[in-house]
Amino acid sequence: MKPVADVWSEPFWRATAQGRFTLPHCRETGRCFWPPAPVSPFTGRPAVDWVESPGEGVLFSFVVFHQKYFPGFPTPYPVVMVKLDEGPMFLANLRGAGPDALRIGSRMKVVFDPENEGFVLPQFEITA
Amino acid sequence: MNIHEPWPLRDRTAFAGIGTSAFGSFPQSDSYGLGCEALNMALDDAGLRPTDIDGLIVNRIPSYERFAEMMGINPQYCLLTEAPGRFSGVSLSLAMQAVASGAAKTVALVYGNNGRSRRVNYGGGDGTWSPWGMTSPGASHAMMWARHMHDYGTTHADLGWVAEAFRHHACLNPDAVMHGRPITREEHATARPICEPLRLLDYCLINDGAVAWIITSAERARDMRRPPVLISGYARQDNFTYGSAPPTDHWQPALSRVADEIYHRAGVGRDELSGLGIYDNFTPTVLFSLEGMGFCPAGEGGRFVADGTLRLGTGRLPTNTSGGHLSNSYMQGWEIIAECVRQLRGDCGARQIPGAQAMQYICATNIALSAIFRSDA
Repeated sequence: MKPVADVWSEPFWRATAQGRFTLPHCRETGRCFWPPAPVSPFTGRPAVDWVESPGEGVLFSFVVFHQKYFPGFPTPYPVVMVKLDEGPMFLANLRGAGPDALRIGSRMKVVFDPENEGFVLPQFEITA
Repeated sequence: MNIHEPWPLRDRTAFAGIGTSAFGSFPQSDSYGLGCEALNMALDDAGLRPTDIDGLIVNRIPSYERFAEMMGINPQYCLLTEAPGRFSGVSLSLAMQAVASGAAKTVALVYGNNGRSRRVNYGGGDGTWSPWGMTSPGASHAMMWARHMHDYGTTHADLGWVAEAFRHHACLNPDAVMHGRPITREEHATARPICEPLRLLDYCLINDGAVAWIITSAERARDMRRPPVLISGYARQDNFTYGSAPPTDHWQPALSRVADEIYHRAGVGRDELSGLGIYDNFTPTVLFSLEGMGFCPAGEGGRFVADGTLRLGTGRLPTNTSGGHLSNSYMQGWEIIAECVRQLRGDCGARQIPGAQAMQYICATNIALSAIFRSDA
């Protein structure tokens, strides 16, 4: 599945193509947010820039899909919901382990899939 | 907030008619045909003709204009509301406001859906998270439920009480899609996984059908064919701050704000309710609704529904007595509200709540809302 890139998320995908995980950041409050947008959701103002993130966080929740909705996703496959240390939630797949290894509260860190159709998807692995 | 100031819309509007099409798979019709069928039943129920309708709200029917043309309705108030199920309750409030403000006298609300025949599965397509295979409302609820189990120690088995009770109700309802097909909690526990932790019997049905309501002032409704069912209270709190991800709080803060308003607006307390209609797109939503509305503390929804609290005959709070979305018909709240009306008219036969006086509808979503209805007696 190719991501739905719009003008606001385009900088994110340019960064992942270089192996960097970045987040939109509200200059007034210092808080990061997701998804990318023309303005900060904390102020409604366009004082927004992009910051580098180590892509680390905690497993907030996860599911395992058995129903097939997309070609190219052999079932079962997990989707993890990671609470990034900067605050926003990010959903992705699990790399480096099977779903049985998932425990809510585990530390997670971003890894990058190989480039596919012009996009590099960030994914997450368990670090502790 | 001044809780002593009466809410201006209390008991001012009423259901004057309801109608429901057959539920199932009807490839020979479509949402227009089903909607016309339901609206004709509602008009007959109220003793009205299409020309008596001066307000029209349609939902899941592609064009309000085509539908109005078909039915010969030329209203002074008309709109099409958004597709998500939260808009059944929103549409209800728009009709109440239209009648109370004088924008229309008699509003027909018509929902029609042929999702079964169109093979809709509510997943796939392009979304924020589709590159990671994350899709469908069911998966979003599964994500919330996994966190709920982590936070509170609830279990998948808790959801079995919900699924079993609603299926029992469907077996008392000859019109239900799942009539005659009882299930046990053991079958719920071992059903095919769809998006774990949720399984097949945690998911609503997808079927064709239509529902129509006719809403007018309480005064006018009293002159119509059937005794009116009064709309006593309505409250709503939106929360759109979840960052396109599944909500992290099971909608507790939003539902709590609704609970703070709804009972005093309606002038009906929790203890005076005869039963509930809960938007059961998935079994966990029922527990989130009960917790959010304060029927039990946060996290205790599982304990609350255990031993049949929601089940007719044994439970204090019979809920979704037609079988709900899980076992009667997936009409996105419209049929659950119609069932509340039928209960308050005493029309429910084998599934009647004895002496039903007041019913509460609850919808736990990013637009959290609730309404309380009561009989005019």
